[in-house]
Amino acid sequence: MGLSLPLGLQFLQMFLVLAAAPLLTGFVRLAKARLQRRAGPPLLQVYRDLAKLIAKDAVVATEASWLFRVAPYLIFAVTWIAASLVPTFETGLLFSRSGDLIVIAALLGSARFFQMLAALDVGTPFGGLGASREAMFASLAEPAMLMIVFAVALVAGSSQLTVISTFMHSGSTGLRLSMGLALVALVMVAIVETGRLPVDNPATHLELTMVHEAMVLEYSARHLALIDLAHALKLLLYVSLIACIFVPLGIASSGDRPGPLLFGVAAYFGKLALAAVLLAIFETTIAKMRVFRVPNFVGAALMLGLLGTLLLFLSATL
Amino acid sequence: MAPLVNNARWKDVTRNLAERDATFVAMWGERNDEGGNVNLAVRHKGERSIEIVSHSAPDSHYPSVGRHHPSAILMERAIQDVYGLVADGLPDTRPWLDHGFWPHSRARTSYNFKPALGPGVHQIPVGPVHAGTIEPGHFRFSVNGEIIVRLEARLGYVHRDVLGLMRGGAIDDAAALVGRISGDSTVAYAFAFARAVEQALGLTVPPRASTLRGIMAELERLANHLGDFGAICNDSGFSLLNTHAAVLRERVLRLAALVFGHRLMMDCIVPGGVLRDLNEEGATALKSGLPSVLVTFERLVDLYEKTASLQDRVVGTGRLDPALASLLGCGGYVGRAAGQDFDARRDMPYAPYDGIDVRVPVLSSADVDARVRVRIAEIQESVRILLCLLDMMPKSSIHAALPNDLTVRSGAALVEGFRGDIFAFVRVCDGRISDVFVRDPSWFLWPALEAAIEGNIVADFPLCNKSFNAAYAGCDL
Repeated sequence: MGLSLPLGLQFLQMFLVLAAAPLLTGFVRLAKARLQRRAGPPLLQVYRDLAKLIAKDAVVATEASWLFRVAPYLIFAVTWIAASLVPTFETGLLFSRSGDLIVIAALLGSARFFQMLAALDVGTPFGGLGASREAMFASLAEPAMLMIVFAVALVAGSSQLTVISTFMHSGSTGLRLSMGLALVALVMVAIVETGRLPVDNPATHLELTMVHEAMVLEYSARHLALIDLAHALKLLLYVSLIACIFVPLGIASSGDRPGPLLFGVAAYFGKLALAAVLLAIFETTIAKMRVFRVPNFVGAALMLGLLGTLLLFLSATL
Repeated sequence: MAPLVNNARWKDVTRNLAERDATFVAMWGERNDEGGNVNLAVRHKGERSIEIVSHSAPDSHYPSVGRHHPSAILMERAIQDVYGLVADGLPDTRPWLDHGFWPHSRARTSYNFKPALGPGVHQIPVGPVHAGTIEPGHFRFSVNGEIIVRLEARLGYVHRDVLGLMRGGAIDDAAALVGRISGDSTVAYAFAFARAVEQALGLTVPPRASTLRGIMAELERLANHLGDFGAICNDSGFSLLNTHAAVLRERVLRLAALVFGHRLMMDCIVPGGVLRDLNEEGATALKSGLPSVLVTFERLVDLYEKTASLQDRVVGTGRLDPALASLLGCGGYVGRAAGQDFDARRDMPYAPYDGIDVRVPVLSSADVDARVRVRIAEIQESVRILLCLLDMMPKSSIHAALPNDLTVRSGAALVEGFRGDIFAFVRVCDGRISDVFVRDPSWFLWPALEAAIEGNIVADFPLCNKSFNAAYAGCDL
């Protein structure tokens, strides 16, 4: 009895993120379309696309090895696990004790690793092009992410997201310069990691400019559906991560009753919608940057994260 | 002005080209019983007419022009593919349009792309089928990491033998076909062809028909430049300007549909005049609609100039050496962005532009931004010309019947399309086409693009390509 409720809540959260991820992607698309004075796709279009892809027969390149077929499942599973470790509406998640922020970063890194291997596996030039660009970006984005983790962990006293979120929610942190730097850095890392403008254009049809899309060009049907869903989950994960660390407003704590829990869910969806609108506005007002400028962009995130951490060594109150 | 076979004069003209005293306009072939002839059209420096000279090709061989002047190389390769006439001394003898699938194909071996050697240099083949819905073309990039060492374009995937379909047909049927060579330039093509036929037959077009042709040509330029402006911004990831520019383009196209009954004004211009007249209501719609398009467009230009992230992408990208633009004879926005001060409307004036002061924007920075800015200036200039033409609107008939002439007569014309100058040559006899050639400006844009992209990064190619916007079908005849 003592275990069933937390376990139930953990499963609820797992399926909530899975169900909400396409909705978030769809909402960003719709908001972007509206900002450009287009009608845009229906909110549920991403679900329909996924259903369509799952129903189709997969076409696999003749040169593809087992890795190419296995990678989508691995990527999806790993991303889903990472997403279910991030507190969304409630902090005391059962699984979050088994993995902290560093585990989440490592899980996403593994997903990327398999994605890149699969892209190289079929031997098309675009796979190689996308994988090399992804590797270039990741080589800076991953250390930047770790710097942010250190900064946040130094303030909260733990790298456990449940602890961090509870600590941030308690309001005892106040306004801190280091946390401001970490927030900016995390947003930048999130933009790079989720392949949004100005780093990568998720809506492009120009194969030579693609990063993420170039890596998945050879995928079709259920494989593509899993990768698309994993990509949507990743966007949701980063939004949830930013929300639970920096905007823990309304988040329920473990052992809360249905009332606060429901409020937590509502607050969570409110945060998702707000993030989607902000992302859409940002993407509408900026052009894609040159590929060689991206390392500068991610490098700035890395430096901000590093600065945030260093400040905390200077003074614990910064 | 029938092109006469004059091998001595050909030699002189070739020397003029090599010494840069003349600009290369076009080259095309024709088969006859003795083998064939090759025709060469050039524009001499400071002259307002085009000289056409022919060289006989007994045993299907003739001396290469491309050996002395690089802009002729692609056309000589095409002549070899389509007419089987071989240029002696041509530096590049690979097939161009022929992919080995025609009944008379000579290209049976695989195509050898030019090598690019060095440590770390590898190739990226792209196309002919692309991820987006665009015309088919194959691009072979030799890259070192992200830096492009060499680009080679390979076209010929949309060969329809349009010229073959036109030969032997009635003039009107040929006029309909010529308007379908490249759909975005249908007015300019029909205009050039009609003028060539009229010159051959010595026909003067009623003034109202000329003015209407000018209105159609400027509307087409306006619509295409607006579309390009948005598309270039879209290719740098800034889709906001694209959707707004698309709305403006749509407004121009709807005006065209309202006034001339067809969005692209296809089949409106025919030899002898035009088929659609402009009524009072249409003139009013244009007079009120066009300035309002321009007002909105100014706001888009403002946004284009003030978006730092967009400027960062376009400024300095895909720079074309002005000397090369001059050598290749690049016209249109590509040439004018690289200091080439030529516009057929002003420098080889034809009705209705002979009565109008056409201002030609010329820039020297020759990058993507310059090509956008030339388009911006031309959009503003087009609206001004349109309002000028609408004020002129002489009263007369809009079509003159073609005289029936049994002798063989030929004519040529140069018309400024939105991409650049379109050349048309036609030989008619008894109301039928005996020979025809139309040259798209893209013949010179493709080699220029290959040169401009060198040293840029792979991810910038789509942006450069869009700023050139060379036609695939237009030079696949």
